[in-house]
Amino acid sequence: MKVSRRWLESLLGTELQTEEVSERLADLGFPVESVVDVAEALADIVVARVREVRQHPNADKLSLCTVDDGSGEPFQVVCGAPNVRAGGHYPFIPVGGVLPDGTKIRKAKLRGEVSNGMLCSARELGLGQDHAGILALDGDYEPGSSFVDAMALGDEVLDVEVTANRGDLLGHVGVARELGRPEIRPIPGAPEIRLEPISDPREVRTGGVTLVNDVPELCGRFTGAIVRGVKVGPSPDWLQMRLRAIGARPINNVVDATNWVLFELGQPLHAYDLSKLRGSEVRIRMARDGETVRTLDEQEHELDASMLVIADAERTIDIAGIMGELETAVSDQTTDIFLECAHFDPASIRRTKKALGIQSDAGYRFERYVDADGQARALERCLEVILATAGGELHPEMLDVHPRPFDPRTIELGLDRVERLLGVAFETATIIELLEPLGFACEVGAAGGPLRVTVPGWRAADVTRPVDLIEEIARRWGYGRFPEAAAAYRPGTVPDHPLFVLEDRIRDLLIGFGFFEAQTPTFVPESEGEVRLSNPMSSEEPVLRREILPSLLRRLEYNLARGLREVALFELATSFRAIPDCGDPPVAEEARVALVSTGPIGLHWSGGDRVVDVWDLKGWAEALVRLAWGPGAALRPGASDRDGARDGWRAGWYMEVVDEAGDVRGVAGQVEPSPLDLPPWAGAVFALEVGLPAEPDVSDARTARALPTHPGSDRDLALLVPSDVAAARIEAVAREAGGALLVDVTIFDRYDGEGVPEGMASLGWRFRYQAADRTLTDEEVDAATARIAAALEEECGARIRGRDA
Amino acid sequence: MSDVDSLIVELRALLDEALEAVEAAADEAALEAVRVGFLGRKDGRISGVLRGLGALDPEDRPRVGQEANRVKEALQARIDEAEAAMDAAREAESAPDLTLPGRSPRIGGAHPVSRAMDEIWSIFRALGFTRARGPEAETEWYNFEALNTPLDHPAADEQDTLYLEGGGLLRSHTSPVQIRTMLAHDPPIRILAPGWVHRRDTYDATHTPSFLQIEGLVIDEGVTFVDFKATLAEFARRYWGAGTRIRLRPSFFPFTEPSAEVDVKRVVEGPDGPVESDWLEIMGAGMVDPAVLEAVNIDPDRYSGFAFGMGPARIAMLKYGVDDLRTFFESDLRFLRQFAGVR
Repeated sequence: MKVSRRWLESLLGTELQTEEVSERLADLGFPVESVVDVAEALADIVVARVREVRQHPNADKLSLCTVDDGSGEPFQVVCGAPNVRAGGHYPFIPVGGVLPDGTKIRKAKLRGEVSNGMLCSARELGLGQDHAGILALDGDYEPGSSFVDAMALGDEVLDVEVTANRGDLLGHVGVARELGRPEIRPIPGAPEIRLEPISDPREVRTGGVTLVNDVPELCGRFTGAIVRGVKVGPSPDWLQMRLRAIGARPINNVVDATNWVLFELGQPLHAYDLSKLRGSEVRIRMARDGETVRTLDEQEHELDASMLVIADAERTIDIAGIMGELETAVSDQTTDIFLECAHFDPASIRRTKKALGIQSDAGYRFERYVDADGQARALERCLEVILATAGGELHPEMLDVHPRPFDPRTIELGLDRVERLLGVAFETATIIELLEPLGFACEVGAAGGPLRVTVPGWRAADVTRPVDLIEEIARRWGYGRFPEAAAAYRPGTVPDHPLFVLEDRIRDLLIGFGFFEAQTPTFVPESEGEVRLSNPMSSEEPVLRREILPSLLRRLEYNLARGLREVALFELATSFRAIPDCGDPPVAEEARVALVSTGPIGLHWSGGDRVVDVWDLKGWAEALVRLAWGPGAALRPGASDRDGARDGWRAGWYMEVVDEAGDVRGVAGQVEPSPLDLPPWAGAVFALEVGLPAEPDVSDARTARALPTHPGSDRDLALLVPSDVAAARIEAVAREAGGALLVDVTIFDRYDGEGVPEGMASLGWRFRYQAADRTLTDEEVDAATARIAAALEEECGARIRGRDA
Repeated sequence: MSDVDSLIVELRALLDEALEAVEAAADEAALEAVRVGFLGRKDGRISGVLRGLGALDPEDRPRVGQEANRVKEALQARIDEAEAAMDAAREAESAPDLTLPGRSPRIGGAHPVSRAMDEIWSIFRALGFTRARGPEAETEWYNFEALNTPLDHPAADEQDTLYLEGGGLLRSHTSPVQIRTMLAHDPPIRILAPGWVHRRDTYDATHTPSFLQIEGLVIDEGVTFVDFKATLAEFARRYWGAGTRIRLRPSFFPFTEPSAEVDVKRVVEGPDGPVESDWLEIMGAGMVDPAVLEAVNIDPDRYSGFAFGMGPARIAMLKYGVDDLRTFFESDLRFLRQFAGVR
């Protein structure tokens, strides 16, 4: 809401300091986003008198003007405006001056004639859109006087942020009410107007116009007045300037009068050319499906039956509360007008406005609720302005279709309730002092009884309950005055969600493994997801991601492209899947962790460095999945491993993460490099993505084992085993054969190069034996090792190359 | 002077001479020469002196013998000492250059916004809060209607919402978690709801369509505006330091009443000592609207509470001096490595 300091001053009858007003409004909850000194940009402009106008010898559309700007001898200025007249007064910018848009004026030659400055249009001065001609000033002025002072333009406009619940602040009177006690002053030269209302819930007729309300539930009140014989023309300067200051474009005296009231009281009005209304009828009804209307902004709109309109006997003449129709609008030819002032249902206005995509000052106010009891007053105020500026004969009766007369609400407010919520005890007198200036009428009942507070029409929508009044009390008293005294609290009943705990642990684990945490966007290209946005930001990223890895791989590419060789990134994020006809909304979410890694590891001047390999990945992955899914979780070769590549993974280098029950929870392996955009020096890229349990067990339930009191024994076996026998199989056979004394099985060497027969691998396995109650004898340990050797020979095709104690 | 005395004098003189030789020995070979020259069993000069022992009265021999042993031991100890010093010197010569860099263990780092969230969480944990979570894909009821925001009200527009084909929307704040928590648990409730939220915002220096939010909710009997203010002030002091002040400005949110914007003023280091910063807006907050309590079947006449919400990315920007939100999404390791190390 653009608020003029001068406008506030005239309502409050006092001088105001813009800075103080800004601070006060911010304290009350309405921060001022910017202050524009309306006049500052016009400091170089003076009023000049044009003494003489001659045709430019070399250009039809240019004139040569003799201009007196009070600085000395009159001089020549070239002017292109058709409306320049000898003897007229115009805003003038001399050579060296700067226009509001920053243009510096230089001495120029136009078609061979010197121009010593420029006569300005309203648009060049930032005072409006009009650039058909220069701005002609009414009245007599001393040449060289300040344009700002001459036009009384010295003003600051505050851009006040008004919260969505406070439609009443969308007029200057509402803002003034927060600051003091505003008083609406008579318009100069206007008669005082009191119309005789002709009221009916549904239909009235007077002055040759019939007014019918077919939709009382969406239009609670509709008032109208008739003025005949108006003289439409430009508004007087005081009206134009006030409108321009707050950024509204003056149009003509009738339309400007409606805008004056809009910005003063926050009540939109609309004036129709009465001669254009067919059937002399004004009807409030729903639009017909497919009906079209051409609005004031010359846009064509197709309506439907959900939209409220104002119509004459044949067609829509106004999209109710949003924008008027073009043909019935007031024009220069108009002599008789019908003036409308109504109250509409905010939700209906909002739906229509959204459906049609129309932004208007009227719609903005109606959807935020205008004064439920303000129509008659606004209509009369607007008529004052019209009669003062456009003249005409006012029909003395007001058409007043009033299906739901305003019934002010009274709220009972107990002092105990105020104290219970705010934590500070307020006295009745204080509360009254805080509330009454805003228009709340307070009635004190029996001692100790509640205060009865009656809500004015302009607050009828946002103040309906005691808590709404309590907020007003706190706001008006000042949030800053409340103490900061912490009370004792009871612990809550909600447990800390275990998935957060798990995520914290995963973060710590992966940081310990050298990974950096990334955050990547949720919205991804079409191919990477299945849950679609219906209003995406970008058509290139219209879906929610199903997997995290594609985004993370893009970040890997990004880092490699910047010459970083060692990349280790992880992310904790949500995967979205569509589950049609199932769930509300039909989306399955899963918290996941993903990681990518490539490049050198353990770089050191002493040597010993290498690049990340699949065993690094598997080691990280095992620690990670056990943290997430418990000690039974493991990695196994991917199911589609043997019969070809799994999409995105290098064939044969792909693993599945399985939980204790054998359910697949994620994937890991070496990424197929060909789809990636990698520099030529890049090495193998390893990755993992694992879903996390929705409610993980983070209880850390474990029992410590007593340490062995008797020594254990180790035995090593060197084996030659066919290469296709999996290590997991060898371990399983050994454990089976080793018996109860075998407590640990470890592979410590594997070799399949020179000296090892083709198709075989040389393996070194170590077996650890232990008994809780005694020291084992060599005999029993050797016997167990012999059993293992025999079983491996028999079941795995192993040949024993040596054994070692 | 008796023979005995002269022998003893001779021994002492020899010792002095030998000690000087030890002192002068430049290397181990020279030291060995000293040892052999004085202590050698056959040709050593001390042994030579002792050969004269036979000429002495047997009663005097022990005295000379004792002195000889003392001299030998003293010399041997000095030689050992010199040898050890030479060993140590040699050892030091082959010692590593300890200014060379060590082998760094690979240590990664949490995302800066995670770090900020973690710090915020640890403060609220100390104030008795627990964490609650909920889905990002939500219904209009949880995101708006249960939060006293009718879809036909302009307030529903202020968070430009992303809708899903097939129904539902992406939560535009983590407030649906408050609703879900209040439906599932009885008061007292004291939760923090951290999580991703999404809005139809253009990706620029101060907006990203997806961002992390942390909301808090307290519901119990007798919770007042004074408690509310005190809790937020306590948080601000713990996060930004003891001198931090907060300011509440009236505002409007459909789900709180009274509502407030919360600003902080920190004490920062100025050129001439500590100064107060400008006011910075850090969260929106307020007393939970009774309509919200009614929507989740909590009796507003018995219970009251407060709620607050903040953007940890914005707080991380302030804390770490980052001026473009997009930096947080680029995952450039040159940036992330500045946040290496355990938290």
